[in-house]
Amino acid sequence: MYLTYAKNKSEAESLNRSWRSKQSETGGKDGTGRAVANTRGLRSQLKDSVPVTGMGPQVGAYGVQDTLRSGFSSVKNELLPSHVLELSEKNFQLNQDKMNFSNLRNIQGLHAPLKLQMEYRAARQIQRLPFLQSSHLALDTLKGNDESISFEDILNDPAQSEMMGEPHIMVEYKLGMM
Amino acid sequence: MLSNSRPCQPQSAGFSFENTRRNAVLEGNLSELGYSSPKARKTGTTIAGIVFKDGVILGADTRATDDMVVADKNCMKIHYIAPNIYCCGAGVAADAEVTTQMMSSNVELHSLSTGRPPLVVTVTRQLKQMLFRYQGHIGSSLIVGGVDVTGAHLYSVYPHGSYDKLPFLTMGSGAGAAISIFEDRYRPNMELEEAKKLVRDAITAGIFCDLGSGSNVDLCVITQAGVQYLRGYDQPAQKGKREGQYKYKPGTTAVLTKTVTPLPLDVVDESIQLMDTQ
Repeated sequence: MYLTYAKNKSEAESLNRSWRSKQSETGGKDGTGRAVANTRGLRSQLKDSVPVTGMGPQVGAYGVQDTLRSGFSSVKNELLPSHVLELSEKNFQLNQDKMNFSNLRNIQGLHAPLKLQMEYRAARQIQRLPFLQSSHLALDTLKGNDESISFEDILNDPAQSEMMGEPHIMVEYKLGMM
Repeated sequence: MLSNSRPCQPQSAGFSFENTRRNAVLEGNLSELGYSSPKARKTGTTIAGIVFKDGVILGADTRATDDMVVADKNCMKIHYIAPNIYCCGAGVAADAEVTTQMMSSNVELHSLSTGRPPLVVTVTRQLKQMLFRYQGHIGSSLIVGGVDVTGAHLYSVYPHGSYDKLPFLTMGSGAGAAISIFEDRYRPNMELEEAKKLVRDAITAGIFCDLGSGSNVDLCVITQAGVQYLRGYDQPAQKGKREGQYKYKPGTTAVLTKTVTPLPLDVVDESIQLMDTQ
């Protein structure tokens, strides 16, 4: 039984969902040699949240689809991922952590992942307000990300993104008021 | 663009899949109209590596193709990873370039952290883990070779993340031509000059027998003592010089007869037109 601590209920639900989708993910290849990310049916391919038309973020000022900002819409677009790698990339770090913690628990006992996760939780709280960029230095050092360079450091650096989030909405979301 | 599906959460770094749907729609529209979307530039390569008595020799051709057009006549396909480890890259040119640069940085950080010179297996392991993570969408096939404290090693890594460890390897579109030369003449523990000649011949076979490879042969000799990067070691595909002159000297053909017919012309009409030169 693998224990995890989540910040709030929504995070726990998303963790559970990604754990279940990871169980059903095979990462195998089909007969023609193309990589198939999920071969166990539609359920594992659905995105995390199913949006409702007329209420989602795509709704513009007049209550209809805001095509200029959010593009064309179709039910299939919103339910299925647009790229084979989208889901696996979104959950990659999570799955790596789970694998590592599970190994650590088997080798050293339950205390080891518990202590590490406690430290991660503490380090994750060292940050600026949500709409400002924080360096996450303590968290990176704990996870060992300060000694490797991957696409997260090269591409799409959030510190240099052209758009800033809406401050009030982001703080409300962070505090769980939304 | 801040992702509209998650306006409350900060942006994540790394690959962003926001535009994949739009791109798919655009590509569909283009193909309806009869055009095709621009393709990524591939290197269409012959790369080869061999383990000889004192170390490793890597060889590569220097042509980069853009579908059916030669985009670069003299590109460098042997990339630096560490002072004792070099890597040849085939497949999509940008992917090979960025992958090897990332590996070089990672290996440098790792060796600073451990305090030891890097091993070739480290590079191979990190490469294959990264390529498997992206399930072959990063289209770079690489041959990693180097000499470290455990000896001389040569690995090949495929775009989907599998790897081979062999004494001689070829990859790229000209791999078939090059491997035939290796299979014929390779022996273990060859001398330096013989091994250089063998790799040169293998790359030349790829250059002549494969349309995607061409121009010059680059070699990189890695031994315990150091690295010798021989850029433009051989240029087999130079334009040939003409052997003889095909112009005839005046007087080569004898003149037999000569007739001159004057054409008398009379002035019929004479008129003057003023030109406006303002």
